[in-house]
Amino acid sequence: MAVQDSRLDDIGGLQGAAASAKPARRLPVQKDWPAWATITAQIGVLVGIIGLWEIAARLGWLDAFFWSQPSAIWRTLVIFFTEGDAWTDISFTFRSTILGFIIGTTAGSLIGLSFWWSRNYAAVAQPYIICFESMPKLALAPLIILVFGLGLTSKVVIAIALTIVVSTLTTFAGVKALDPDGEKLFYSLGATRWQVFRKLVVPSCLPWIISVLRVNIGLALTGAIVGEFISSQHGLGRTIFYAGSTYEISLVWVAVFVLSTLAVIMYAAVSWLEGVLRKGTRQ
Amino acid sequence: MASAPKLVIDHVSMAFKTPGGTFQALAPITLAIPPGRFVSLIGPSGCGKSTIFNIIAGLLEPTGGRVLIDGVDATGTIGRVGYMLQKDLLLPWRTVLDNVILGMEIQGVPLAEARARALPLLQRYGLSGFEYLYPNALSGGMRQRAALLRTLLFDTDVILLDEPFGALDAQTKLQMQEWLMALWSDFRKTVVFVTHDVEEAIYLSDELYVMGTRPGCIIDTVPVDLPRPRLRTTALTPEFVAIKERCLMLLSTPAASAQKAA
Repeated sequence: MAVQDSRLDDIGGLQGAAASAKPARRLPVQKDWPAWATITAQIGVLVGIIGLWEIAARLGWLDAFFWSQPSAIWRTLVIFFTEGDAWTDISFTFRSTILGFIIGTTAGSLIGLSFWWSRNYAAVAQPYIICFESMPKLALAPLIILVFGLGLTSKVVIAIALTIVVSTLTTFAGVKALDPDGEKLFYSLGATRWQVFRKLVVPSCLPWIISVLRVNIGLALTGAIVGEFISSQHGLGRTIFYAGSTYEISLVWVAVFVLSTLAVIMYAAVSWLEGVLRKGTRQ
Repeated sequence: MASAPKLVIDHVSMAFKTPGGTFQALAPITLAIPPGRFVSLIGPSGCGKSTIFNIIAGLLEPTGGRVLIDGVDATGTIGRVGYMLQKDLLLPWRTVLDNVILGMEIQGVPLAEARARALPLLQRYGLSGFEYLYPNALSGGMRQRAALLRTLLFDTDVILLDEPFGALDAQTKLQMQEWLMALWSDFRKTVVFVTHDVEEAIYLSDELYVMGTRPGCIIDTVPVDLPRPRLRTTALTPEFVAIKERCLMLLSTPAASAQKAA
């Protein structure tokens, strides 16, 4: 017993020595701000930037000819909406983006899913898809405008060209990731190919299709705007291009601002759609 | 043994073509299983247990022989037997109830009717309260129960179970074996069971087929004449231990030499 006690003491002594030699360190703790503080700070940053910009332009630190200034932008914005073609342009860009997004995503997903039906067909198609994927599709834009004209159609086609390949490849990746045992289960229950497709393949690939929606809304918007840059009679892209070439910098800012708002709205819509679709997949 | 066999495997053999020639996965195998029997296949991995199952389920065309169900040739036809694979394969986007009715749904039973038939069974067999949950909310044992009920509700006379409890912990496994016994005595299906676990096979089965490898074949048939219902303590009786010893002996002898001896 005595021996044991002294040993215990020894260990205690060692621990004590080690503890005093090393400074006590604590887990770094980050305190979260309340929501109102975060929001106030976020608004504060925006107000600060706009304020600084205005002051810098008025004091001549920034060349207002190239950079414009918030007060001028605001005046242009009011004119753009009251006297200009704001709604025509917005609806033009919005329509081409949405149409391109819907057609591109749907067609791409369907093509990707179709590869499940035949391995041979998938093998034949694959090099072409990869080829089209690596091609800079915007390089085709001038050609598309020539073929499809100056109107809405050519913008929609460019948006489709940008979105379709990503959807196809992602959905095909989903098809390839299918668990073969899942198909085995369905066939052991006497399922037809069509039943396997509807009840297994499509729901299994849905998360993959969803994951591409957010990317595609950005791509569709890019496609529509580039189409308008090249040649168009309406649209926010055309407004930016036109305003830039005539040095109406405040109008460029107005169009960029409206475009960003549009993008945010579409992102919100897609996030909502994701939520709805994801509810059905539970993954 | 008086009644006509429910499931007959008649000289079924399987060879796969490989770059190095043909690989004989199954030597011609013949089995006849009477209705309502619970039989187990035990054997080392690679002895072709899963191949036999895939052939019986019609998912694989054998290179020789036939599969007869109720005396009718069922070789290469799907949807004749219930097949539970090692994984539970519950569809994550369906509730437990909708997973369980999958077989009926595929067979064209109206959804409302299928659900009405499944609900009381879910409640009777330990899944009450889980009917409208999604599989990700279930424990391993519960998932296996759901998968097994899905197989049973497919409503075929023959059921193939491929190591259904292989991935479960020991405690859950025992519970599931008892649960399966209760289920089997209620439904009276013809069950073919595959397992690595000799004790599990003896506890559950009426008859054991001990398999050898290279090529896969049946080395011996071991009847299990233990009275039912069996208790956990049955595993301690001399009869049980004798059967277990015999199986372990068979499994430890190299299959090839066992074949020569036979």
